[in-house]
Amino acid sequence: MIPVSDIPEIEYEDFFGLNTGFLFNSPERHCVNYFGYRVGKQVKLICCIADDSTQKIQISSCMVESTDSLDSFTARNFCFEKFEREIHENFDIGYKDHPWLKPVRYAHNRADQTKTIANYPFYSIESDELHEVGVGPIHAGIIEPGHFRFICNGEQILHLEIQLGYQHRGIEQQFLEKKKLLQRTTIAESIAGDTVVGHTTAFSQVWESLCGFKVSRDIEFARTIALELERMAVHTGDLSGVCTDIAYQLGNSVFGRLRTPIINYMQEWCGSRLSKGLVRPGRNQFPLTPELAHRLAAVLDVYEPDFLEMNEQMFQLPSVLSRFERTGVVSYDDVLSIGTVGMAARMSGLNRDIRSSHPFGLYPEIGHQPIIKHHGDVYSRVQIRKAEVKQSMQYIRNLLQGIPEQDDSEPSFENPKPNSFTLSLVEGWRGEICHCAITGDKGELIMYKVKDPSFHNWLALALSVRNNEISDFPICNKSFNLSYSGHDL
Amino acid sequence: MLSLILIVIASAFFTGIIIRTKSIASGRKGPGIFQPIRDVLRLFKKGVVYSETTSFVFQIAPTIYFSSIVMALLVVPFGRSKGIISFDGDFIFFAYVLALGKFFSIISAMDTGSSFEGMGASREALYSMFAEPAFFILMGSLALLTGFTSFQEMFAALHIGSYISYALAILGTFVLMMIAMVENSRMPIDDPKTHLELTMVHEVMILDNSGFDLGLILTAGYLKFAIYGALVVNLFIGMFPYHFSIPMFFIIQFVLATGVGLIESFMARFRMSHNAQFIFVLTSVSLLIFFGALLILGKFA
Repeated sequence: MIPVSDIPEIEYEDFFGLNTGFLFNSPERHCVNYFGYRVGKQVKLICCIADDSTQKIQISSCMVESTDSLDSFTARNFCFEKFEREIHENFDIGYKDHPWLKPVRYAHNRADQTKTIANYPFYSIESDELHEVGVGPIHAGIIEPGHFRFICNGEQILHLEIQLGYQHRGIEQQFLEKKKLLQRTTIAESIAGDTVVGHTTAFSQVWESLCGFKVSRDIEFARTIALELERMAVHTGDLSGVCTDIAYQLGNSVFGRLRTPIINYMQEWCGSRLSKGLVRPGRNQFPLTPELAHRLAAVLDVYEPDFLEMNEQMFQLPSVLSRFERTGVVSYDDVLSIGTVGMAARMSGLNRDIRSSHPFGLYPEIGHQPIIKHHGDVYSRVQIRKAEVKQSMQYIRNLLQGIPEQDDSEPSFENPKPNSFTLSLVEGWRGEICHCAITGDKGELIMYKVKDPSFHNWLALALSVRNNEISDFPICNKSFNLSYSGHDL
Repeated sequence: MLSLILIVIASAFFTGIIIRTKSIASGRKGPGIFQPIRDVLRLFKKGVVYSETTSFVFQIAPTIYFSSIVMALLVVPFGRSKGIISFDGDFIFFAYVLALGKFFSIISAMDTGSSFEGMGASREALYSMFAEPAFFILMGSLALLTGFTSFQEMFAALHIGSYISYALAILGTFVLMMIAMVENSRMPIDDPKTHLELTMVHEVMILDNSGFDLGLILTAGYLKFAIYGALVVNLFIGMFPYHFSIPMFFIIQFVLATGVGLIESFMARFRMSHNAQFIFVLTSVSLLIFFGALLILGKFA
C-alpha cells in the first residue's frame, strides 16, 4: 500500500518511453495491470510493471484528456494490446497506431454506446476457398457464453477470433457501490466460479493492506492450503475434461471421480464445494483444525495412488499421445509478446509464477519451484497439470506438519487509509490474479481493478489453434480452460 | 426371411450392449440394454420440427435413409437361408443401396445450411469414399474364390478348411467390422458420445433432425450395425445346421458388440486427419484377402 501521491505522475511521452522501455528485451518483466480512471474531466492512467527477478513492481501514472489521440504502447510491445483496447472502450481515448481498437467487454458505462455486442467487427477474409464457422455464444456443453469465429480452409483453421463480453456484470463498479465488506467479499468470490479462493485471497490482501491489518499465520496457512487444494481440484477436473474431448472414456471417468473427494473435502472444511465462504479479509472463518488436517491427509493418501496410476496409463497410450503431441502449439516468442500468465506461459518455457516471483502467504517458506515445459502444446499443458497436482500434494503434506495456533481474536479493522493505492498479486490455479484499489479523500474506494489470468490467455488460445484441424479446437480449448466471467467481469 | 428376423432381433440389443459395456468398463451402472430401443419408441411418438431454411430434401431424407437400410437388409442371407431378395450381383446392390441412403443423409445435412453440418457431411462423404474400395475388393475376392456373385451362394460355398481360408475369414471379419465402425460412426473414427459439434462426423449431420425423423435415423443405425454383424457371421457359419448356427449368430453379435464397447472404453479416438489413412489401410487389408484368394485358386505359378 502506498499513498497515491507517491506514484510518479509524468508526461505521456515519458510514461510511454518508461513503460515500453521496461519491457524491451526483458522477459523477466511483465505488465501486471494498466488501467485508467476518471479524475475530474481527465483520465489518470496507471501502469504497473512487475519485475520477476528483483520482486519489485514499478508503478507510474499519467494524466490524459479523453479527447487525446496518443501513441499506443501496443506498437512497441504487444502485451498492452488488450489494456489499451479497454482504456479506449471505457474513456474513448484514441490511439494513433493501435492495430485494431476492438471492444473488449461492452461495459455498461462505456464511452461509445453505439458499439454493441451485435455489431462486433469480426475479422474476415474474402475468398471462395475459405469458409467461416461460428460457434456460440450458446454452446453444446454446460459452459459460459462466448462466440468463436473460425476462418477455415477445409478442415484447417487459418484464424480464430474470440468475442467475449456476454458475461459482463460490472464487477468493478459493484465493488464501489456495495459498501459492506461482506458484500464486497462475496462479489470477489463471484468473479470466476472456479477461482473462488484465488480471487477472494487477492481481494482480502487488498483490503488488509488498505486497512494496515497484519494477517496472522493461521489465516495465511488456511489460504495457502485452500489455494493448493483449488489447484488440485481444477487440474484434476481439467484432465478429465481433456480426456472427454479425445473420447478417452477411462481417463474421463477416473479423473472425474478423483476430483470429487477434493471438492467434497472443501465442503467438509467450509460447507461449500466451491470454497465459497472460506476466505474472509482479516479473519479465519474456518480454521484448519488438527482433525480436519488429519482428514485431509487421509483424502490425499487415497487420492494419490489412483491419480498416479491413471496418469501412467494415460501417458503411455499411443492413441492419447497422438492427440496431445504437437497439437495447439504456441511458441515462446508468442507467449512473451502477448503477455500470457500462469500455465499458459509456463507451457512454452516462460517463467511466470507469482508463487516464486512475488511470493505471498506461506509461499516464501515453501520456496516454490515453477514447473516449466517447453513445447507449448496440449501435451505440455497436460503435463504441467499432472506435475502441479503432484507438487501441490507435496506442499500440502509439508504444510500439514506444522499447523499453527488458532488466533480467535475478533479482527479490528481500521478504516482504509485515504488517498492510497494498493495492488495484490495471487497465483490462482490459472495464473496471476491482480487486484488494484485506490481510495479517495475519506478512505472510500474510488477505483477497483481486477485482472484475471484469462484476460491475456484467451489470445493464446486463439493463436494455438492456427493451422490445426478444426476438430482439435475443443481439446486446445479445454487444455487452457479459460474463464469467460473472469474476462468479462 | 430367417436373416431378417435374426437381424431385427440382434439390432434391438446391439447398441444397448455397447453402451452397457462402456458403462461397466468405466465403473458405472449404466442404462438397461433396451434403453436405445426405448429412446427410439419415445421419439416415434413425437412430432417433427423442421427448420425454415430447409427444403423438401430435408424432410424426405430420413425416410429414404431408413428404407435404403431396410432394402440392404433384405439381401443379407443367413447360411443356407437366402435373403428375401437374392440375385446374382446382389452385393453390389447392397453396397449402392446403402450409398444411396448415405447420399440423401449427406444432402439433407447440406440442406440445413449450417456450417457444422456441412463439415460433418464432407467428412462422412470422404470416409465412405475411402471405405468403398475395401468392401468391393473383399466381396470381389470372395466372388473370385467361390465363383458366385450373390451373397447367399458366396457364403454357402465358402468352406473353412485350410489355414489360408481361416486367415481370410479373420481378415474379412476385421475389414467388415471396421467398415461397420466407419459406417456407424463409432470409435476410433468418430465419437458418438461427444457433445462437441466441431469434432463430430455423423452426429453433427443429424443435429437438426427431431422426433419421428430422428427415430428413423437412429433405428437405421442400429439395423446397420446388426447387418454388418450378420455378414461377419455368414463368413463362418457356411452350411452349419440351424440349431448350431442360430446360437452362433447371437454369440458372435454379442462378442462384436462387447468388443466395440471395450475399444471405445480404453482408447482415444483418432485425430481427424489420421482417419483417412486408417480407412485406407482397410483397402490394403482387403488386397491381402484378394491375394490370399488368388493363392488358394493357384493363380500364382
